[in-house]
Amino acid sequence: MEPVHNIVGNAIPLNRADVDTDQIMPKQFLKRIERSGFGPFTFYDWKKDPDFVTNQPQYYGAPIMLAQQNFGCGSSREHAPWGLEDMGVKSIIAPSFGDIFRNNCAKIGLLCVVLPQSDVDYLMARAEELPAGQIVVSLESQTVSVAGTEWQRHFDIDPFVRQCLMNGLDDIGLTMQYDDDIAIFEESRSPLLPLTLKNEASAKA
Amino acid sequence: MSPQTLSEKIWEQHLVRQQTGQPDLLYIDMHLVHEVTSPQAFESLRIAGRTVRRPDLTFSTVDHNIPTIGRELPNPDPTSQKQIDTLRDNCNQFGIPFYDMFDLRQGIVHIIGPEQGMTQPGMVIVCGDSHTSTHGAFGALAFGIGTSEVEHVLATQSLMQARPKTMSVEVNGTLGVGVTAKDVILAIIRKIGVDGGIGHVIEYRGDVIRALSMEGRMTMCNMSIEAGARAGLIAPDQTTFDYVKGRPYAPQGEDWEKAVAYWKTLPTDESATFDKYVELDGNTIEPHVTWGTTPAQSVPVSGMVPDPDEAVSPSARETAARSLVYMGLTAGTKIQDITINRVFLGSCTNSRIEDLRAAAKVVQGKRVASTVSAMVVPGSGLIKQQAEREGLDQIFKDAGFEWRDAGCSMCLGMNPDILLPGERCASTSNRNFEGRQGAGGRTHLVSPEMAAAAAIAGHFVDIRDIVGK
Ligand code: SF4
Repeated sequence: MEPVHNIVGNAIPLNRADVDTDQIMPKQFLKRIERSGFGPFTFYDWKKDPDFVTNQPQYYGAPIMLAQQNFGCGSSREHAPWGLEDMGVKSIIAPSFGDIFRNNCAKIGLLCVVLPQSDVDYLMARAEELPAGQIVVSLESQTVSVAGTEWQRHFDIDPFVRQCLMNGLDDIGLTMQYDDDIAIFEESRSPLLPLTLKNEASAKA
Repeated sequence: MSPQTLSEKIWEQHLVRQQTGQPDLLYIDMHLVHEVTSPQAFESLRIAGRTVRRPDLTFSTVDHNIPTIGRELPNPDPTSQKQIDTLRDNCNQFGIPFYDMFDLRQGIVHIIGPEQGMTQPGMVIVCGDSHTSTHGAFGALAFGIGTSEVEHVLATQSLMQARPKTMSVEVNGTLGVGVTAKDVILAIIRKIGVDGGIGHVIEYRGDVIRALSMEGRMTMCNMSIEAGARAGLIAPDQTTFDYVKGRPYAPQGEDWEKAVAYWKTLPTDESATFDKYVELDGNTIEPHVTWGTTPAQSVPVSGMVPDPDEAVSPSARETAARSLVYMGLTAGTKIQDITINRVFLGSCTNSRIEDLRAAAKVVQGKRVASTVSAMVVPGSGLIKQQAEREGLDQIFKDAGFEWRDAGCSMCLGMNPDILLPGERCASTSNRNFEGRQGAGGRTHLVSPEMAAAAAIAGHFVDIRDIVGK
């Protein structure tokens, strides 16, 4: 994972609420066993409408996406953040996110920023009017600002997620350092708990 | 110790490590794996030279993209076949037990965990699938994860997780005839919204929940994610124990007694408090039908398609208006005047034996309307077998339903089972998102009884007019 510090660029105003991951990455593309190349399939059905926002050349390659509440709700498919990442999106700003989507984004280095509704509305309107308008998302200072203006807002983020993003940390590697703790925990687990392998033999017998 | 809720107890008992400035490290008792969200996780495990820490706490099957008909023939879609083969190879390589396509025990992952007795109270269960919340019906803490987290669990059998908030959803009273668990959960989602549960674990409580069967409880917990919740669960009780007892992976003999004694310690302490409380009156819940493209957009079957202008906020208005355009509906249309052309009885929400029995009762001796094509997709091979023993397959076939093999099927339409653009479906699944069952397809979520009745009539009907008489 690439470390994330500051993201500077224009923003795609996706002015819709409750955008579910089925819309971000429709099911027919989940059959692929590869990890990359999902960008062209992102918003596949919505993109059939020539007026859809990601079809507008002025937003091509924008590193920021603006969305409304509950963005990324529904299915746990990580293919949705993979698609956004492949499109060039590095940060998403919305009033709220689906829990699993937000976790998935953190794991791949996509920064989800929660701002109050009124601030998102302000940025949304601005991005619609000034498609090339530059926004700065600073993970270092935990702020979102509009370049060339005084407008700046602070955002909260889980300190651990922030640290992982800023250092590009692989949290599996981190957890593996706690191998001893895991082993100790395993020794204390109840012998009554199901084992798929041991019981597999007796379940068949 | 201070009083705790059910989910807090389970959390506490699974803490491997706690450190300020870091999320808790939680031990995972059972990891369910399927073909769609796992290939990249295994691949990246291989690239990093890592292995699966506990194949004996991992379990796998194919469900999402397998055909439900003609399985002995070559798969019509080579990409799907490749994904299925990849899972088989990965399970072989890492020694993970796998129910393959022709295993009688194969089925939707959230159906077969409970069916095999692998799902037990007090466990922490994860799967790369948002409907993992289903297992919460047993008083387990079960939640969906993404592919990166699947890899994390494969490698370490643990997960770093921020502690969720708790929410009590209490449904008291008694359900009327024809009102099911599906209607209760649709009513809850309608009340709290598709984002009402974000960051929370919901515990369903109250008389109505206590009176539900395990099948009904699974239907409810299954849809917790549709309210945005991290998980949903229900305290284990005698209904739970009776369901688990005797299943292949359930504790046996003396172990059984010990396990039950432990399970009885799990329910929420009387004086424990939740971060949020919601209450519903079970007496007033009616059969529900969704009219829009989110599971919160539902109304009682006696109602009509609402007017977007009456929505509470400008954004809700816009969403509702968009939904109506997609659904091809006009505000003010009576729900029972909406005609349908497809019926799907299936999915991890409603394809257990009890669901099939209830639907069969409605269709027995009747015919599916000539304008409707209807299918039943049992949740597992064992459910299919049981239904056939009871003659339910014959009832469905005689009525004109197709009788398929187990899988996710038209719940998400990754296999050939899809709606065509413009087709309107009464579905027992959990998501009415745009294009979920096929691009341009229109989904109305209902209970199995309501779906069966709609299949016969060709439009929605109030099930209470049929079973209430
Ligand atoms: S039946 Fe539907 S909701 Fe359930 S696991 Fe399969 S695709 Fe997901």
